Amino acid sequence: MAYSDKVIDHYTNPKNVGTLDKAKTNVGTGLVGAPECGDVMRLQIEVDQESGLISDAKFKTFGCGSAIASSSLATEWLKGKTVDQALAIDNMDIVEELNLPPVKIHCSVLAEDAIKAAINDYRVKNGLTELVAAAH
Amino acid sequence: MYVTLHPNPFKDKTMELNLPIYLDNNATTPMDPRVLDAMLPYFVEKFGNAASRNHSFGWVAEEAVDYAREQVAKLIKADPKEIIFTSGATEADNLGLKGIFEMYASKGNHIVTCTTEHKAVLDTCKHLEKMGGQVTYLEVQPDGLIDLGQLEAAITDKTILISIMYGNNEIGVIQPIREISAIARKHGVLFFTDATQAVGKIPVDVNADGIDLMAFSGHKMYGPKGVGVLYVRRKNPRVKVTAQMDGGGHERGMRSGTLNVPGIVGLGKACELCMNEMEAEGKRLSAMRDRLEAALLQVEEAYVNGNTEHRLPHTCNISFKYVEGEGLMMGFNKNIALSSGSACTSASLEPSYVLKALGLGDDLAHSSLRFGLGRFTTDEQIDFTINAITTSVLKLREMSPLWEMFKEGVDIDAIEWAHH
Repeated sequence: MAYSDKVIDHYTNPKNVGTLDKAKTNVGTGLVGAPECGDVMRLQIEVDQESGLISDAKFKTFGCGSAIASSSLATEWLKGKTVDQALAIDNMDIVEELNLPPVKIHCSVLAEDAIKAAINDYRVKNGLTELVAAAH
Repeated sequence: MYVTLHPNPFKDKTMELNLPIYLDNNATTPMDPRVLDAMLPYFVEKFGNAASRNHSFGWVAEEAVDYAREQVAKLIKADPKEIIFTSGATEADNLGLKGIFEMYASKGNHIVTCTTEHKAVLDTCKHLEKMGGQVTYLEVQPDGLIDLGQLEAAITDKTILISIMYGNNEIGVIQPIREISAIARKHGVLFFTDATQAVGKIPVDVNADGIDLMAFSGHKMYGPKGVGVLYVRRKNPRVKVTAQMDGGGHERGMRSGTLNVPGIVGLGKACELCMNEMEAEGKRLSAMRDRLEAALLQVEEAYVNGNTEHRLPHTCNISFKYVEGEGLMMGFNKNIALSSGSACTSASLEPSYVLKALGLGDDLAHSSLRFGLGRFTTDEQIDFTINAITTSVLKLREMSPLWEMFKEGVDIDAIEWAHH
């Protein structure tokens, strides 16, 4: 199975690899997946609390090329969005953008889960109600 | 007459490195050009059916098959009459196991095998369980070797066969064949071995090793695909298998079907080459393999899987903790071809059952790479591979949240992961 050019590009030049200070109240951290499953994603957002926009997003991923590309793409999409807009990112958008084959759809699901987990963490830290867990 | 128009594509005479590098010789080997030369006359000019007894076309083909049968027998120290040609090792595994199960049904229905066998053996055993067979799947020790005490303890008065592979395809571990066959003899049980990865790579002697039945294949030893062998002992004891295909009664009635003459000729030639070159080649490959392994173990948190003392000369399997195998391979698979135990490389999403049988956690199984060196592997290729893989591991660890946690002293096993 060959990877799509976009997956290869994100893998070769991943965007926004790194770590934000999870102690900050305006940083939300999502850690999803499990080492035994071969995928672990950590995705973080930093929210500019004046504008309500996501000012920075970082990821680190243990997983295959498609998992790395899905999380790299997710961080690109998150920047500049409001938290509510970020919640609307659907895993199928990632599948479409990266041309993921059916066996790699779970990578996109994990990326969506990571976004939601990061937002949840941010909401809890800021006294907002927790979102209902994504049904995956 | 037959001019070689196919210089070895894996050996560059200018000493420049030809990419991509092939290090997946446990999956299949390139055919040796000398094997192709031997085969070529048997497609067009000498096309006869080896079973045609009444004309020269048939005689020529039969003679070629007889000669190949001798070449094969010589390599494993067998009698040519004990060689049954098949379409490959999978068929030979099926014929050996099912054929014994049927032929010796009046003696018993129990087979002892182990969890790290190839799927061609495991799935055939599962089939036999549905047919009323009883199968004991021995667990292996953390180094991949079976426990001989457990093997002997598993034998019952219903046991007809022990099926333990010679060398493992994923980790290269060589089982204690002579000790296993001694146990089989002691209990009057037949001993079958899938020797697909071993024949042609290390000395295999069916008599000294006490093997009653043995499966192997042409395409793992620089021969053609689509041809393999089931060795069936004829003396001490005389072993018989029930044919699994009905037809013209070829191969002493054990395997019907017109013989694949060019394939068999190629397999014969491949065996002859291995016979002559195996000793030197084994030394060369194990030296290169050891160099590769030593260099890769310089990488932090890298571990060899399986016993390194009892191991095929061309194989090594290494886990690079905190990076995922498929993701790792993507960093170099444009230039280097090899395999991973990662789930992502299979459709099942399950990591290697062989590595799991060693007791490796799924995370380490996901992080493994299998290196299969071969006749055409060069030192330059090994140098390139060491560099490429080291670089890839370091790059992916920079991206790995698990590596970051490890470096910060977080106990990853203590985290409650949400399994998906």
